[in-house]
Amino acid sequence: MGLFDLFKSRPKNTAKLAKERLLIIVAQERGAEAMPDYLPLLKRELLEVIRKYVNVDPDAVQVNVEREGSQEVLALSVTLPEKD
Amino acid sequence: MGEVIVVTSGKGGVGKTTTSASLACGFARRGKKIAVVDFDIGLRNLDLIMGCERRVVYDFVNVINGDCTLKQALIKDKRFDNLSVLAASQTKDKDALTQEGVAKVIDDLKNDFDIVLCDSPAGIERGAFFAMYFADRAVVVVNPEVSSVRDSDRVLGIMSSKSRRAEQGQDAVKEHLLLTRYSPDRVERGDMMSVGDVEEILGVKVIGVIPESPEVLSASNSGVPVILDENSDAGQAYSDAVARLLGETVPMRFLDPKKKGFFQRLFGS
Repeated sequence: MGLFDLFKSRPKNTAKLAKERLLIIVAQERGAEAMPDYLPLLKRELLEVIRKYVNVDPDAVQVNVEREGSQEVLALSVTLPEKD
Repeated sequence: MGEVIVVTSGKGGVGKTTTSASLACGFARRGKKIAVVDFDIGLRNLDLIMGCERRVVYDFVNVINGDCTLKQALIKDKRFDNLSVLAASQTKDKDALTQEGVAKVIDDLKNDFDIVLCDSPAGIERGAFFAMYFADRAVVVVNPEVSSVRDSDRVLGIMSSKSRRAEQGQDAVKEHLLLTRYSPDRVERGDMMSVGDVEEILGVKVIGVIPESPEVLSASNSGVPVILDENSDAGQAYSDAVARLLGETVPMRFLDPKKKGFFQRLFGS
């Protein structure tokens, strides 16, 4: 770093940020690759049903297929909005 | 039977063709009988990087269509007589490559050469698919940059499920990363992901790290693959990568920032 650089405001460690973002997106995309084709549609329909009763964000519904040994588990999690 | 190695990446412009040309010359210099095949149908460029663009008479698609024999289409390198180039066709026909056609060419090349190096086009379409389909090993060229790393992961995923080895239930394609345009200074400053970061994200080991270096452009300008420029860092790094691909243990070089002089440090570079 040169003398003049001391006066410049430097961005934070962006490499670290890149790595964190990539670890998340890569894990997500690898998961998506291994998932059954019906999952996105299932998720959308579930969201519609839930929204009849509670107003939740699209992100609030998580549908995942997890493997536990030879068994496959369909895990559904819905985050409800905070009560005012 | 020769070994098929694909040089691929997903993203364009990361240095696949530069890498293919250098690895090809490197293997040839080490005495291997090698054929390097350009799969970028429609956008032929390997010939230019290898410096044999004026000697292309027949190409890959001509061989598949039976317009000529494989032997007629192979261009012998002027520097190494154990190195041959098969140029890509410049046809606009997207379906010029057929699975049977490519399979025949690859199998014939495997009979005649120790190594068949497939230079993949960018993307994940037909040409890229065929380049990786027959591979025994893969060199995934990646820049320490977000889109390149993400695309590499996609390509690794496709390879592990769609290659001929995967389809036939054989051992998986052996995967290596080759990091290009690496800048140790920027890594130290925290502006660029490190070798370790990229290995961790992709879960694949690096077989070589090519530092960002001006000689790479000069090399393509002159049609002499950069590995033949033994004074350049990039050339030496490619030579190391070739040695590792041949199973040798060679320590990594050019991973640390170059020492700067007093004035350079004072006034910045």
